[in-house]
Formats: sequence, C-alpha cells, structure tokens
Amino acid sequence: MADLTELTLAEARDGVRGGTFSAVELAQAHIDAIEGARVLNSFITETPERALAMASESDARVAANDPRPMEGVPIAVKDVFCTNGVHTTAGSHILENFTPPYESSVTQNMWDAGGVLLGKTNLDEFAMGSSNETSFFGPVENPWRAADDGQSRVPGGSSGGSAVAVAANIASGAIGTDTGGSIRQPAAYSGIVGMKPTYGRCSRWGTVAFASSLDQAGPMTRTVKDAAILLGAMAGFDAKDSTSVDITAPKFEAALTGEVKGLKVGIPDEYRLEGMPAEIEALWNHGAEWLRDAGAEIVPVSLPMTQYALPAYYIVASAEASSNLARYDGIRYGLREDADDLSDLYETTRASGFGDEVQRRILIGTYALSAGYYDAYYLKAQKVRTRIAEDFRQAFENVDVLLTPTTPSEAFVVGSKSDDPIAMFLNDVFTVPASLAGLPGISVPAGLAANGLPLGLQILAKPFDEQTLFRTAQVLETAAGVTSRPAPWWKEAGA
Amino acid sequence: MALDKATVAKIANLARLRVAEDRLEGLATELSKILTWIEQLEKVDTDGVAPMTSVVEASLRQREDAITDGDKADDILANAPGQSAGFFTVPKVVE
Amino acid sequence: MTGAPTFEGSAGTWEVVIGLEIHAQVTSQSKLFSGAATAFGAEPNTQVSLVDAAMPGMLPVVNEYCVEQAVRTGLGLKAKINLRSIFDRKNYFYPDLPQGYQISQFSDPIVGEGTIYLDMPDGSQRAIGIERLHLEQDAGKSLHDQSPTQTYVDLNRSGVALMEIVSKPDLRSAEEAGLYVRKVRTILRYLGTCDGNMDQGSMRCDVNISVRHPGDPLGTRAEIKNINSVRFVHQAIEYETRRQIEEIEGGGTVALETRRFDPSDGVTYPMRSKEEAHDYRYFPDPDLLPLEFTQGFVDNIRESLPELPDEKKARFETEYEISASNAGVLVAERAKGEYFEALVASASDKSGKPGSEIGQDCANILITDLFGILNKKGLSIEQSPIGHRSLAGLQALKLDGTISGRIAKDVFVEMLETGKQAADIVEEKGLRQVSDTGEIEVIIDKIISDSPNQLAGYKAGKENLFGYFVGQVMKATGGKANPQVVNELLKKKL
Repeated sequence: MADLTELTLAEARDGVRGGTFSAVELAQAHIDAIEGARVLNSFITETPERALAMASESDARVAANDPRPMEGVPIAVKDVFCTNGVHTTAGSHILENFTPPYESSVTQNMWDAGGVLLGKTNLDEFAMGSSNETSFFGPVENPWRAADDGQSRVPGGSSGGSAVAVAANIASGAIGTDTGGSIRQPAAYSGIVGMKPTYGRCSRWGTVAFASSLDQAGPMTRTVKDAAILLGAMAGFDAKDSTSVDITAPKFEAALTGEVKGLKVGIPDEYRLEGMPAEIEALWNHGAEWLRDAGAEIVPVSLPMTQYALPAYYIVASAEASSNLARYDGIRYGLREDADDLSDLYETTRASGFGDEVQRRILIGTYALSAGYYDAYYLKAQKVRTRIAEDFRQAFENVDVLLTPTTPSEAFVVGSKSDDPIAMFLNDVFTVPASLAGLPGISVPAGLAANGLPLGLQILAKPFDEQTLFRTAQVLETAAGVTSRPAPWWKEAGA
Repeated sequence: MALDKATVAKIANLARLRVAEDRLEGLATELSKILTWIEQLEKVDTDGVAPMTSVVEASLRQREDAITDGDKADDILANAPGQSAGFFTVPKVVE
Repeated sequence: MTGAPTFEGSAGTWEVVIGLEIHAQVTSQSKLFSGAATAFGAEPNTQVSLVDAAMPGMLPVVNEYCVEQAVRTGLGLKAKINLRSIFDRKNYFYPDLPQGYQISQFSDPIVGEGTIYLDMPDGSQRAIGIERLHLEQDAGKSLHDQSPTQTYVDLNRSGVALMEIVSKPDLRSAEEAGLYVRKVRTILRYLGTCDGNMDQGSMRCDVNISVRHPGDPLGTRAEIKNINSVRFVHQAIEYETRRQIEEIEGGGTVALETRRFDPSDGVTYPMRSKEEAHDYRYFPDPDLLPLEFTQGFVDNIRESLPELPDEKKARFETEYEISASNAGVLVAERAKGEYFEALVASASDKSGKPGSEIGQDCANILITDLFGILNKKGLSIEQSPIGHRSLAGLQALKLDGTISGRIAKDVFVEMLETGKQAADIVEEKGLRQVSDTGEIEVIIDKIISDSPNQLAGYKAGKENLFGYFVGQVMKATGGKANPQVVNELLKKKL
C-alpha cells in the first residue's frame, strides 16, 4: 500500500473513515517512521503502546459506523500539554520525571475527536526560544538543509519538535503553542503550515504556562485544510479557564471556499525592515500579487507601533513567566536537589533545574516587576501593548486581513545565534505584534530561498475571524504551489 | 540600564535562583544589554493610555459555590519528591 | 489626639498607635478559585484540587459566593463598594504557598473606605476608620513540630477565601483593639459572611503597632502576625507597647519587622522567615480578568442585609426602653437579639403588656440568668434548653402576679432541670404567690409576737432589722408571700 506517512491529515482521516486502511496501520506506519527519524530528536517521549491502543479503539468505532471527526488520526503533541500518565517535561530538567495525573483540555478535546497520541515533542525549555536549542533534551534538527552546505539547521522554536514531526512526515499533524511566534516561526523554517488562533479560542487549562496573556495552542500541519480540521478538534470554550472565551467555534473546514474576491489585504509599511533580505521582500510582493490575481484588493496600511512590539513583548512575557515558574520549587513535583534547609532547596533546585535562557528570562521578569522598576518596565510595556492593539484595530477598519513575511530570514545554522539573546529575539519581529494583540495568525509555505530552505508568509486576521484567515491562507497556499520536500537524509543517518 | 553584580544577586535571591559568584559579572553584563535594548520603550508616548488588563474583552466569569473538586490526595502527592503520612515534607523551617 | 490613653515611660509620655488587619474566612463551601471543600479538620491534602496544589497548567476561576460575601461585608462596614476591582499576584516563596504567589488584591480592592463604631465602656461611641477590604487566597499549613528534621505541609487550607479587613491606624489602646475585633466579629456573624471562629482559625488578626510621643509623627511599626484570640491581641499589644517604649528609651530604635506572639510566655519574637523586607512584585493576575458587577447587584445585596448590631442596639434602647449596656449585651450576637425580641413578643402577648413596659425585665432574665447558664454549659443561644415561648410563660406568671420575682428564679432553675413549663411547676409545687393580706397579717402578727427582742431593737432605731422581719415572713410562707404586700403590712405593723 502507499506510504501512509505521505498522506495529509485530511487524507488520513478520510482513509480511516472510508476503510481504506485501519487506524492501527496508520499509527504503526508513523511509529516506524518516528523510530527511523530519531536523529532529528523531534520527540522527547514516544508513546507507541498508547497510540496503538487508541488506534484500536478508533478501528472499533469505525467498524461500528460511529466515527468521530478525527478518528484514528495520529498526532504529535508538544511536550507542554499535560498528558495523563505520560511524562510531561516542558523540555526542562526540572520536570524531567513529572507524570501528570490529568489531561490538558486541548488534548482531551483531540482524543474526544478520535485523535491518537504518537508522543510528546521536543521544544525550547518552557517554550522560551526561537530555535529549539535550549531544550534539556538536546536540540531538534530541521529536516531541511541548505543546498550549498550540509550544516544542521534549526527548525525554529519553541515548537521545533512539532514542526519537525510534520515536516519529516512522522506525524499526520502536530500541535504546538504560540506565545510570540512559537508556532508560526518554526512552521516557516520547516516549510509547513502553523497557525495561532485568537487568544481565548483554545483553553490553556493543563498547558504548562509560560506567559499567561500570550500563550495559545494551535495546529501545525502540512496543509491549510489540515490546520482547519485540527483546530476544529482542539478549540472550544472551557469553564476551567477564566480567559477562555465563551463563543461557539465555527466549522473552520467549511470556511475554505477558495474565494477571496473583494477581500481587502493590508500590507503594513513598518514590516518592511531596513536591511531585509531581498528574497524575503520579493516573496512578500509575490504573495500580494497572488492574492490580487485571485481577486483581492491590496491596501497599504500603517502600524506605527510595530518596532516597539518586541521589547514590550519581552518584558510582559518575562514578567509573567517569572511568576508562572515560581511553582517549580522542588516541593510538590519535579526535581528536588538535596538540601539542608529550605532556602538551599529552592535555590539549588531551581538553579540546576532551569537552563540559562529560562533563568535569564526569570531574572529580567523579576526585575521588571520589582519595586522601583514596575512603572518603567512592566507598566510601560502594558501601555505600549494597548497602543499596539489599537494600531491593529484601526488598520482592520479598512482591511480584512494583513499579509506579512513570517520571519526575517530562513532557518539559520544551529549554534549561530546562541551567543546573542537579542539577535535571537529578532527572529520573532513579525510574529510578536499579533501575539500582543491576541490576533489569529497563520504561516503558509510560500517559496524557497536561493539556498533551498523554506520561506513562509504570514496572514493575520481580526479577533475570532479564523474563517477569513483560513480562507485567505488556502488561496495563498494554492497560488504559491510549493511542492518541494526536504531530502530524507535522516533516514540513512539513523539506519 | 546598567545592572551591577549586587543588583543581580538581589534579583537572583528574589527569584530563588542560586547564581555562582563567578557568574554574576557576566550575567550583569548580559542582562544590562537586554535592559538597555528594552529601554527604547521610553520613546513611546503613553500619556493617558491604560495598561492592557486583558486581551479578551469580557468581564471575569464567576462560578457557582459548590464542592466539585479535591478528595484526590493520591493524585496530589503522586509526584511529590518528599512526603510522609499524607503531608508534603521539606527541610525544617525555623520560625 | 485628646483623650487617647497615654503611657508613662521613664523619659516622657507615650501614645500607642494601632492598626489591625483581620483575615476572615468566607463561609463558602468551596475555595475562592477552586472547587475543593473548605471545612475544618479534614485529613491532610484531601481538600486539595490540582489548582490548589499549583500543578503545571492549572488556572483559577473565581467563586461568585465569595464575591457576594465581600460586598455584603463591605456594606456592613458602611464602606464604598468598588464596581470594578483587580486580582493581583503577590509573589513570594514559602512551602505553604504552592503557586509561589498568592492571588490577592493590591491597588484596586473590591471594597474601599468605611467605618466601625465601638461601644466604649463609658457609654460613648468611638468611630474607627476602615481602610479597605479585599479578597485573597489563604495559604496552606506548615507543621514544624511533627519531625525533628522536616516541616510537614498540608494544603487543605491553600486557596480558601479570605476577606482581609484593614483598619486605619485609629486604635489607641489594647482595650480598643479588643473591642474592635469583637465588633468586626459580631458584624461578620450577623451577616453570615464569616463564622468568626477564632480558635478554628477562621478569623485571625495581624496587629500593626508603633509608639510615639503625643503630637509626634508616626513611629516605626512592628507587625505581629496571626493572633487568634482577643485575649492574645490584648496581651500582645501590651507587651509590644512596653517593648517598643523600653527600646527607644534605652537609646535603640524599633525595627520595621514582622513578629509573632507566643501565648505561652506573652512575648513577641521576630519571625525568622520574614526577616528580609519583601518585594512582592504585585501585578494584575493575567489568568483572570478585572472583576466587575453592576450597582444593581450591590443594591440587591443591600436590600437583603439583616438589621445590623448598631441599628438593632439603638432600636432596642428606644423600643424596649432598656439600658444601653443591656442592649449592647443583647445585640452582641444576632441570635441573642432575636431570642430577646421573640421573648418580649411572646410575653407581651401572654400578659397583654407592651414591650416597652416588660422589656427591661426580659433583658434581665436573659442577661442575669439564662446567658450565665448557657456560658457555663458551653451552649449557644440556639441550643438553649429553654425556648423563648417557655420563658415567656414564666415572665407572664410574674407579670400577672401569680408568682413573685424571687419564686420565679426558683422556677427558672426547675425549668432547666426538668424541662417542664413554668405553669406546671408552679401548680405542682404550689408556688403561687400569697397576696392575701389577711393571711399575711396573721403570719406577721405571729412573728412579731415571737420576736420581742427584734421588735424592741427595731423600734429603738435599728432600721436594718426590717429585713429580719421580711425574712421571717418569707420563711414562714415558703418564699411565696408577695413582697410588696409584706412590705406594706410590715410598715404598718412595726
């Protein structure tokens, strides 16, 4: 039979439902592929037994003519979603052996829809990073390599493991979280679709918190249609999350009409950065042309606060994180270092449990909230945030969506930016503003750089208008028509 | 904003993170660089602008007062690094 | 300020300035932000949800009942209700604080300024300012005495809803502080928002105290935390006042610090764990939204408030013509005030006399007789072995002259012991008052003739011998003689 790992999520779903193959076969194909791709280090924990057990149940359902919306579809889950009875580490030493006795709302929704758990994917520690180089469990490798050199490339982060699972065809789909771009940016670097819904669309209950006012779960898939299907299985109001919005999720898949006639697409002036690589700018222009050709109207817009989004984001996210990570203290779960007194216990556990990047952000966040600095840093950043959100609100009075590049470059070489934290943040320059405003955004594979590495374009939409977002994204995806796949060097490497 | 070693040590203490003495200097430099980069926010006019208190435009949902949870000491203690007789244990705190 | 009590130190006159923070546990079934139970005394960690244990990914959802009770309490404190308030995180590390922060309210509390009136012993009223009331989570419990090397942590209490009531620094003595705590407790119990049970820990006090020479600016304060009885509040203030005065007069300074009170020796000690000044890094909790409700919501609550102690006391004084001090005793507990009114209504009904006429006597029998018995037996008024209707029965027999006041006291005791109704006891024991002047005259004549010495003594000017004759008449009649009649007749005959 055809290689089941080549199928899109939609095809996998339809195949199981239609009886073309069983869910167990589908799961097994992916379990084998995961095994053969270990050199990429995409997974922290593989769950083949659970996958087969769940797949088995799916087959029973299909046989009983009672399939759920995503019956039998094997999914990779970023290791920041708590999964009952399965290690959940957040990519950190401090949670290395933590086994939650509960399931996150988002993953429970997926299992209720018939999804199958393949395993927990690697990530930057506590979702802090843009390259998946800060994980306690080692870096993740991008299956894509530049044509001219054989160097290891980062997959992007923080959801690097999930991005790679999809890019390397070892999962039908994956889920990640996006705080400042952690789904969209790795999606762009890995040549896949990655989508962050409106803040409040997906529940945060049971998801290890990084920055509470920014974190959102979202789908990472091969196609826009797949993302719409997967989001449909993830989203929904949750009374256990006070920031979850009580709004019935529309049928996202049904929004894919293929039509963008009359759609107003905004091109924000301030996203044209000085020194921006010509390739990126050219791709952006292509994107606008494709949409125009499909009947959309291209409208220049201005988002004057854009350049301040990164520093504002950094302060707000670090401040919230410094407080959210206070619970990792060695007392009720996770790592505990030997200590004679309590002070010692806290300080040594946290110092050895958290990596450098996490410690850096905790320190910045603590400082930004501390007496005498709260007004200048945290309060100021939250005010700037209001202005950023206002920028978008005004722009959206004249346009329906915004089109921007997803990243200012293609995937970079592993280790090439680790020395300069600020250079690392700049990877998120295009994704962060939408996070601050809580807007839905998606990255779509749009082309390849000269060196053969994937490039993505980003679409942003109004709050709770994921339908327009998906619709526009699919038109863009079709027009771009990217069919290249990374050469599967890892299959030989691991053999 | 330039942070000195003493300030870094103070913040590290607030955050309960032990930082080795020989790392303080380097950390101070690193954090200072980041904070200086952050300071471009000062250029933004935020007079009369309210800080963002919530991304979602809604007011706080309230739940009914009912006992719907608890009674799961096993789950609560399942991952405890130190426990005894149903309690979490930590090195003795002297009041 | 004039009239504030002062203390004479070795080097001048001192004044003490006190502010109290009362932590009152809300009478909710479940916790402020989780659905775990709040009842006292459960096995460790059995009333703990994943949220209370701060497991990864857990989130708070606020309890509507707790919000309501905070508003109710604010109205009871005659305070400003804020239609919009914010929950902030107060960040610090301690084993019984699982999140590493407490969800509290810092800059925008649910209730603003208000006033409490203290009924002073001299009959005057003193107004004490309330600064604010806010909602916050309680912490768990750390037990340091279960093991030589370990501290044990129980999170049952972690996340329980507390109302923190902060007074202005208007209190000027230990006595005032005690009255304040009692008054707050009474108001909370009237409203039903907190059971005020200090020994179970549902109400605790932190005392902020400083000393100064009258007229000087405020001195440095010390905070004495977690005092759980009015008696200890008194003792702690008295000790701390002396300590601070001695410290300053000895050339030292008072440290801005947190202390704890040890009841076993009556001394305050610095708290080791809270030695460093805390930077709590308050910021609005991003897992929650601003708390908002309408004026209509507040008005509905206001309409449902019971009559509060101050209003009830004033009304008792005018309506039942009882003394301020008696009224104060009766309103100290809502149930006592209610018993009193029911008693008066019932006695009034039975006797045909208005409440204003019989009020004082009813107050007396409660305060002097019933409350004493209840205290001794450790019973609440709700558990009183004599209900208000039965007691009204006794009152009615007194009011219509069937029995004397003296006999009524005996009947009361009999009612307690046997559970019988007053009328039955009077009949069974033949306790009817003897008011027949003829009968009594005969008895008086006999006594006079049997007591020639006392008669002579009385006639010679020893007025207190009158009591001897009264006593003899009472003895002869088994206490049933009508005292008024006896007095009149004796006066005539002696």
